[in-house]
Formats: sequence, structure tokens, C-alpha cells
Amino acid sequence: MSLKTEELTLNMGPQHPSTHGVLRLEVVLDGEVVVEVRPHLGYLHRCFEKHCEAMTYPQVIPYTDRMDYLASMYNNFGYVTAVEKLMEIEVPERVEYIRVIMGELQRIASHQVAVGTYGLDVGAFTPFLYLFRDRETILSLFEMTCGARLLYNYMWVGGLSHDLHPDFLRKTKEFLEYLKPNIDEINNLLTFNKIFIERTANVGVLPADVALNFGATGPNLRASGYKWDLRRDDPYSIYDRFDFDVIVGEGLVGTIGDCWDRYYVRVLEMKESIKIIEQAIEQIPEGDITTALPKRVKPPKGHIYHRVENPKGELGYFIISDGSVNPSRVKVRPPSFVSLSAINDMSKGHLVGDLVAILGSLDIVLGEIDR
Amino acid sequence: MIQEILIDLFGNEIVAFIISAALPLVFIVPFVIFAVWLERKVSAHMQDRLGPMRVGWHGVLQTVADFIKLVQKEDIIAADADKKMFILAPIMVFAGSYAAYAAFPFSSAYIGSGVDVGIFFVIAISSVVVAGLLMAGWASNNKYSLYGAMRSAAQIVSYEIPTALVILSIVMVTGTLSLAEMSELQAGGFWNWQIFGGAETGLVKILLIPFMIIAFIIFYISSLAEVNRTPFDMPEAESELVSGYHTEYSGMKFSIFFLAEYANMFAVSAIAAILFFGGYQSPFGYIGDLLGIDWLVPFEQLFWFAMKGLFFVFVQMWLRWTLPRVRVDQLMTICWKYLIPYAFVNLIIIGLITLI
Repeated sequence: MSLKTEELTLNMGPQHPSTHGVLRLEVVLDGEVVVEVRPHLGYLHRCFEKHCEAMTYPQVIPYTDRMDYLASMYNNFGYVTAVEKLMEIEVPERVEYIRVIMGELQRIASHQVAVGTYGLDVGAFTPFLYLFRDRETILSLFEMTCGARLLYNYMWVGGLSHDLHPDFLRKTKEFLEYLKPNIDEINNLLTFNKIFIERTANVGVLPADVALNFGATGPNLRASGYKWDLRRDDPYSIYDRFDFDVIVGEGLVGTIGDCWDRYYVRVLEMKESIKIIEQAIEQIPEGDITTALPKRVKPPKGHIYHRVENPKGELGYFIISDGSVNPSRVKVRPPSFVSLSAINDMSKGHLVGDLVAILGSLDIVLGEIDR
Repeated sequence: MIQEILIDLFGNEIVAFIISAALPLVFIVPFVIFAVWLERKVSAHMQDRLGPMRVGWHGVLQTVADFIKLVQKEDIIAADADKKMFILAPIMVFAGSYAAYAAFPFSSAYIGSGVDVGIFFVIAISSVVVAGLLMAGWASNNKYSLYGAMRSAAQIVSYEIPTALVILSIVMVTGTLSLAEMSELQAGGFWNWQIFGGAETGLVKILLIPFMIIAFIIFYISSLAEVNRTPFDMPEAESELVSGYHTEYSGMKFSIFFLAEYANMFAVSAIAAILFFGGYQSPFGYIGDLLGIDWLVPFEQLFWFAMKGLFFVFVQMWLRWTLPRVRVDQLMTICWKYLIPYAFVNLIIIGLITLI
């Protein structure tokens, strides 16, 4: 005699504690085993790209803030450097350094959220709050500089909205000294915890060739053992002046490219960002930040694709200019969107609990996926 | 003893028994109110924050305020839910955990029901909780609730085996199933507690100590799983199942689940205290004995019983806010591949030692 069994379709989201926003996953389950995952997007769609066509170039900047709202600085960074490239503007040295410092601080903040919420996904509550406590200081540093804590509109085409606060560099140095031991604390508390390793090692393995085929970038690709970092391989701004390592997954506790690797790459990248900021603080020149600000942002006719290494991966802006003050077309290549597309391949045959762990390890932000 | 006093007082056995049966409630409700506050404070301080600070001194009355809020909430029963089972489930869960308190000797003067097979009764009656959880999960007509209920049934049933095996080894040493007698056997200072070899003497005592410690660790791990606490909180796994079997519950029914959960936490801690740490026995001796005040001793015993229970409740909280959650299959692996074999071997060794 055989019992009749059937698969069960479970809707995870759009309101669910671990879909990191309003993502809906349609999960087909055989008992607790995942048979298929179908992500449904669009719950947070705001027509960003179409909207840009009605805006002037500087007016687009606040909208870029709202894409990957955990890394707003870097979205600004990508957009303004794209427009500057289109207009062939050379920005002052000081501006470049400030941008790099802000961008790397933002990378630390973004990775802190990623690491913390990942702990939350596998049931460890406390590391999350430790990381948010530290992230608070970064937000305060941003607030000190531009008055905003989440959506900055700080980087402008050709410059910045404000120069640094006189105390900024000193406080940043203090913060970095404070942060270093805290990263090791997280390693002790979560990274090398036996239960955590059991939960994440050999789970959701994404081999390098599959990752490349999906077009995954950033920490998700590097965790698969593929050394690709735009800051090193296609340097923009002044990244070629700094000495830092590109972290890749090594399969320390499991297979290369498993959830643990994706998590650990982010932990180590925080340390690399600290290195970059320290060098930038050493080298930053004095000067005026306003000299390159154009009177009117009106790029010549043409188009450009410019990409930067956002905390989540390759963030690309494709801008077509028809010579007017409004962009004719803005297209964004969002790293989270591409990473999410791999979820079905990664989670087949795993358990529901693993699906949560895999989704968390991709570190997606729905604001960017849906735009 | 209390029963006799009550019978004298009311002159009616039935009234006396009802009052006697309600006495643990006088303990449980304030305990839960305190434990919820403690949990929030413990977690807050572990996470570098303050926790509730506004209602009363350091927020001690926060739980009372929360309770009032919960009572006022609308009591929603989902349209497609099985109404009768839905309403019955929280009552059943609470009844299961409350009934266990009947067999606990709170002090030498009070035990709800002095059944001779106390520990057996506790194991049996606490299984009623599983039925309640299954009912809650099934009646909610919600896939998440169902998954939570299935997980919790599988988990609790599995983890009862190592628990029972460990209890069996204690029963072998003490030769009694009565919790009151077990507590009496461990009188006279902490060196007479079961974890330190009990009231045995000489070689047997020394040989017992390491195996008793192993037994205690196995018992504590499986008791964590039985009350669904982290790292074994699969049935409620927030990040996976939203909140498992009580996803659909609100208001009063939700708070009864909550009450039962905390009552359960204390129940397993109390069993651990009775089996291994002398139950209500003071580790040093009694002030009442010292001063010659007889009526003070039972109150001191109640104090020690509550303290030991609270300590293990604190450890549960400590673990909850430190560890991540294990996966469903790992949970079963831990139980069937590790705890049960170890518990068996431990049982045999303890049996051999007692033969010496």
C-alpha cells in the first residue's frame, strides 16, 4: 500500500519576517523539502527608470538613494560618476577622497546589515543588535556631514553637497579603531559558532561557473572563488591608489560558494574597507570642493554605461542623453536583482529552513530589485 | 500538610482540595509576569540596550501593561478555522503544563497531589501539550501553523525518549518515582544532591558524579527541545514559520499560549532542580532550624525551589539570546544519533555503579 502524497505550495511573503522586504516567494514543497522556488517581484515598483525621464539630471540623485536604501551613498556615487563621465568633468582630488571614504563607510554599514540580518535568519538575535549599534555610528558620521541618516543626496554631479565636518576625520578614525575588535567579536559570537556552521556550510552552493552564467557579481560571485572586484579590475574614481585585498571564498568550513562563504566574504570585506578608509584619511588633501560643480547639468548628446562596485555587486547605470537637461533614458543594472535570479537553482532539494538561509546569504534589497 | 490545614480551615474536603489545586496558579501567574519581564531585561542587557524602562521601576510592570493590552485586543478567529478546536487548543496546552505542577513538591509542606508515581505522571501529562499544539496548528487552517505543529509534535515526541532515559537512571539510583521522596533523599546540604552522587557514600558517590553530570547535560538539552526554546525553537522559528502554531492566535488566546510557554519553561527547570539539584532542599541548612522557628522552614524551602527553577530559566534565556537555531533534520540527528545512545550508555553505567 502506498499513501497518496502531494506537493504543497507555500506563499512566503510579501509579508514574511525573512524575505528582507516585500518579496513573494512561491515555494513548492514536498514535506519540508523545496522542489521549486518562484520569486514574484514588483511589490515595491516605483517606476524609477521611467520617472527619471521627466527629471533633470540632478533631480535623479535623490531617487537613486531610494534604490538600495542600505547603500544610498554608493548609488549616488555610481550615478554622479556616470554623468560626470558623460560630461567629461574632472572633479577635485578632495572630492574624490571624500567620495571614497563615504562609499567605503557605506559598504561597511551595508555589510553590517547583511551580516546581522543573516544571523537573524538563522535564529541568532544578538549579533544583529551588536552590528546595528556599530552601524549607528556610521549613520551619525553621515548625519554630521550631510544632515541625513539614510537617504543622503550627498554626492552631486561635479562635487558634493557639503564639505566634511571639521571633526569628521578624527571621529572616523576613532570609529575604525572601535570597530576592528567588534568584527572579531562577531566572528567569535556567530561566524565560528558550531550551530551556525552546521546551518550554513555546504548549503546553497553556487559554483563559480553557475554564478558567472547568472551574472552574479559582488560578494556573491567572490564567495564562489572568482576574483572579480571592479575597484581592482576596472578602477573608477581613485581606487587604483589604495592597497587592499580582494576577498574570495575559500570553502573554509564547507564547499566553496556555500552560504557560509558568502557570509564570511562580507565580514572580511569590512576589514578591507577599513584599510581603504585609513589610507584615504592619510592621503586626503585640503582644497575647495565646489570648483568643478557645473552651472547647469546638460550633458552632450550620447550615451554611457558606467559601473561601480556597490556593496551588493556591480551597479551599472546606462544613460542616454539627447542633449537636453532631462535624461532620455536611464537604465540601472541592479546587483540584487541578478543575484535573486539564482535562488531557484541554489535552493532545490534543500529544506525550508535552508531556503531562508540561502535567501539571506544573497543579501538582496527589494528597493533595488523593484526600483 | 497544607491540605490538612485547609481541611481544618474550611471543614469541607472538596473546597479544600479545589483551593489546594489552585495554589500553583498563585505561583505561576506572578512567575510568568516576572519571567517575561526578566526575559526582556536579560535579552536587552545581553544586546547592549536597556529594555523596558517606562512602566514602573526599570519596567517591572511592563508585562502587566502588556497583559492588559492583550486582554483588550480583538479575539480573531479566522473564517476557515475549525472553531471548536481553535478555542480548545490553548486551554489544552495550558492544562497540560499546569497539570504537571500538581506533582511538584514546592516545599516539604506543599505538594499539589502527592502521587507516588510523580515523575511518571509529569512525563505523561506533559505529552498532552503536544495534542494541544497539533490542534492549534490544524485548526488554524494555515500552512505555517500546520508546519509548526508538525515540527513540534515530531520534536517533543522524539526528545521525550532521552528525557525518560535520564529520568530512569535517576529512578534507579533513588529507587522511587515520587518527586517528594526524591527531594527528601537529597536533604542535608548540596553534597547530597544527585548531581554530586546523591546520598550515597564512598566509592559509589565518586563514581556517580561524572555520569550524573552527563545525565544532567542530556536532560537539560532535551528539556530545552521539549519546551521549544532556542536553539530548538523549530515550531516557532520566526524567520521560517512566522510564529508557527500560534500564528493565527491573538488577544487572550495568544496570551494563554504565552503563559503556557513560560509555565513550561519553569516546569522543566523545576524537574531538573528536583532530579539533580535537591529540589526544595537548601544547599546549606535552614535559618528556621537555626532559630528554632519551625514554620519558617517550608517558606525557605519554597524560596530555594523557586531560586533553583529561576536559575535554570535564566540559563534558558541566556542560551536563547546567544545561539542560532538548528535545522529540522539536525534537530532529529542530535536527538536520535547522539542524545539517545549517550543516554542509554549512561543509563547502563549508572546501573552498574549502583550494583557495586
